[in-house]
Amino acid sequence: MSLSKKSTIIVENLRKKQMRESISAGKRLDERSLDETRSLEIELDVIKKANGSAWVKLGNTEVVAGVKVETGEPFEGLENSGALIITAEVLPIASPHIEPGPPDEETIELARVVDRGVRESEMLDLSKLVLIPGKIVYTIFVDCSVLNVDGNLLDATSYAVVSALASCKLPVFEIKDDKVIDTGKTQEPPITTIPVSVTTVKIGDNLLLDPNAEEEACMDARLTITTNSKGSIVAMQKGLKGYFTLDEVKGTADKARIKGEEIRLKLREWIGTGK
Amino acid sequence: MVQSRSLINESGKRSDGRIIDELREVRIKVGIIRNADGSALIEFGKNKIIAAVYGPREVHPKHMAQSDRCVIRCRYHMSPFSTDTRKSPAPSRRETEISKVIREALEPALILEDYPRAAIDVFIEVLQADGGSRCAGITAASVALADAGINMRDMVSACAAGKVDDKIVIDINDTEDKEGKADMPVAYMPNLKKITLLQLDGELSPTEFNTCLDEAIRGCLKVYEIQRSSLMEKYFGNEKGLKE
Repeated sequence: MSLSKKSTIIVENLRKKQMRESISAGKRLDERSLDETRSLEIELDVIKKANGSAWVKLGNTEVVAGVKVETGEPFEGLENSGALIITAEVLPIASPHIEPGPPDEETIELARVVDRGVRESEMLDLSKLVLIPGKIVYTIFVDCSVLNVDGNLLDATSYAVVSALASCKLPVFEIKDDKVIDTGKTQEPPITTIPVSVTTVKIGDNLLLDPNAEEEACMDARLTITTNSKGSIVAMQKGLKGYFTLDEVKGTADKARIKGEEIRLKLREWIGTGK
Repeated sequence: MVQSRSLINESGKRSDGRIIDELREVRIKVGIIRNADGSALIEFGKNKIIAAVYGPREVHPKHMAQSDRCVIRCRYHMSPFSTDTRKSPAPSRRETEISKVIREALEPALILEDYPRAAIDVFIEVLQADGGSRCAGITAASVALADAGINMRDMVSACAAGKVDDKIVIDINDTEDKEGKADMPVAYMPNLKKITLLQLDGELSPTEFNTCLDEAIRGCLKVYEIQRSSLMEKYFGNEKGLKE
């Protein structure tokens, strides 16, 4: 059963009208242009108990991601791959509209879309994370906690996952007499590419990037596109009841590629200098 | 509890280099969650905990509302990456109990009659745990409540004391919690001189218990000074602020 949301940010009709007018004139209420994303700040290694972590601020949206590495059985059908598990939770500290309890469908979508981008890009070469084929593999958890909600959780969470993974140190496990031993050494993770998620939303007939909470309350449709370092599209997700025309989708994909490369450079800067 | 190795060396230094009545380094930053009515990030040794307060606000479900006072709801929760082995994000029995004792530690300080039919939600999220997270959580929550402008009789400051080797020490860390002989978390209203949380794991003689309680309260008073200066820093600028 899927229900429409009960509690959410309320934007007055007058403000909505003002927003639509301003956007059709090419300017947003927070002074950004339609293609302008908010400032991105990343702090790495904030959680010393994790194997890797990142605290991402995208405008006022804040997400922390932590990587924990264990060993376990591989997934069925993927006997020669390490297991990657990405979860996301919107904490009740993050907004007056979030209540504690099992995740709602929006949060489940968030975790799954972020997971899809990272998994489909094959950012981590999971074939390098096998100890005994079919029996014991590395299990990599990336858990995300949204700390403050101000729109575009999808991109902010994705950046947190990517930064935490790219900067993590994997423990070196060895097999001795059929037992897993933690050697106490660490290794670089097998990173093949940096996936970047770019979310576009549609308000009226206008498309804009990186919506804040107020804009999300007015949006008709949403399209999240993840590209890899080569500029190929690796994952997509359309959301909400609005629609996109074919031209809009093509244009959005182009923009996601260009903007994605810009953000990839920024991410590389943080990941590179943060170590 | 069985103690296998010595946790205090001949020169009186503990496993992390502190002396017996020394707190770990504590830093509190007020107002770090923009959406919340009040919030605080506390770094207590390696603990890293955010407390956020929402309210007073309408109660849902409605039947929970009290006509003469405000209801307090409290959630203590640990992030999956906060501990050495990953913790399942689902609330555990331990977290349920700690949520309850924290709420009961904070309630005496709040003037609940001022907000009839309303609710105040206190959320405590442990991002990194290092022993003493309930005390650090209470300390941060109390600052967050003050930051939210909730009417309060006093702050609530918390600190644990315990027995390590044969000595009474304050502010038990993770190792001392696991390998020490006793751990006693205490929450205290420093101006009203009232204890609002008291728990004990381990064995203490009557004399040891008295010393332990005295020491814990001395610890609470030190914590109180830090709470005070963190609020002063936010509301009155930096002159009485934290040392970086």
